[in-house]
Amino acid sequence: MTADASGFDAFIDALTAVFLVAGALMSLAAAIGLLRFPDLMSRMHAATKPQVLGLFLVLAAIGLQLRTWWVWPVLLVAWIFQLLTVPVSAHMVGRAGYRTKHLQKELLSTDELADVVRRAAAEEQAEQDARDAAGSKRP
Amino acid sequence: MKETILIVTAVILTLAAAGAIVRIAVGPSLLDRVLAADVLLAILGAALAIDMAMNRHLNNLMLLVALTLIGFIGSVTVARFVADRRPNPHDS
Amino acid sequence: MSRKPISLKREIPLLVWLVVVWAALWQDFSPGNLLFGALIAVVVARIFYLPPVELSGRFNLLRAFAFAFVFLGKVAAASFQVMYLAIFKGPRVTNAVVAVPLRSQSDLLMTATGHVISLIPGSLVVEVDRSTSTLYIHGLNIRNSADSDRLRKEVQDTEASLIRIMGSAEEVEALRNDQRQLRETRQLRDETGEAL
Repeated sequence: MTADASGFDAFIDALTAVFLVAGALMSLAAAIGLLRFPDLMSRMHAATKPQVLGLFLVLAAIGLQLRTWWVWPVLLVAWIFQLLTVPVSAHMVGRAGYRTKHLQKELLSTDELADVVRRAAAEEQAEQDARDAAGSKRP
Repeated sequence: MKETILIVTAVILTLAAAGAIVRIAVGPSLLDRVLAADVLLAILGAALAIDMAMNRHLNNLMLLVALTLIGFIGSVTVARFVADRRPNPHDS
Repeated sequence: MSRKPISLKREIPLLVWLVVVWAALWQDFSPGNLLFGALIAVVVARIFYLPPVELSGRFNLLRAFAFAFVFLGKVAAASFQVMYLAIFKGPRVTNAVVAVPLRSQSDLLMTATGHVISLIPGSLVVEVDRSTSTLYIHGLNIRNSADSDRLRKEVQDTEASLIRIMGSAEEVEALRNDQRQLRETRQLRDETGEAL
């Protein structure tokens, strides 16, 4: 960032500044969400998603500052790694949270999975009972 | 200009890191802590990237990719073990 | 070692991706490095054998490009929305788990839809039912059934655009039929509405 930048350079530098500050703000949004949301699942929304945009903005800023074509594929690979891993880890943590009853039911307006889970649990229970009955019949 | 951006982003990221650390300390459950640790890792990554953008180098880019992967493996592993550690699946 | 070998044509997308990652990690896109990367990619794909991803053989590059921009816009808009919710709504936010039936039966499209939906803030895949191809999605700030209908429509629209990018020809045809039907019923309803 030289002082005697031409018009184009000044524009690029200004864009970089906006991207960097917005990217940092996304991290702050994640932290605020972590602190303020009431249960694990809504914290998860705040924790994982703004980072995707945040990393994109910051990587774009790097690309703008370096000004050589070969950084763009490198940055894209770094971002795609994030895109591929974030939903998987969020899904794993979310599923574990749902199954270990971290979900606060009173915060939900509807829960269309609960019926399915209850039915599946009932079926499993019935199977277990049948197996127990068969086991007790022939000792 | 450069100093201003660095100071502004540093303040924002410090506040964010403080928030994540508070959540790690408060909990209340293991999954909350894992989530907050993940966010802390992402904030670290953002700080590395901002340093690279401002000083125009790419030395830490692979570290950034490695951080992403480590965060991923960490949270997936913990999530698996939390999900498996139920004493009795029928007690709910 | 009774597994069927995968044809080279099927493996091409995987190999190209591996070469790009190799070159990006070395930060060197010279022809020699690319060639060496290709060699390593073939060896790795042969040794660490994975089940092949069932691609449909169709890929619409133009639509994919457009979708990337729409996706970025959605991610940006939704990120700010989550930020707003975190700051102003905070502890009083209401959520819901919504079941969304998908059109496609293919694993690839279900995975892609789930990924895209999880990346857009405000929605998160909690559970997947492969037998009925239903996604159970946890949505942020879903207060009533109108909101959950909107979420369901959003997921199905995302799936529709993914089908248009890389679905098989039959799926595209089914999608077209679906939408024609939808349009006709809507038209019918409008006409009867006018008659009343």
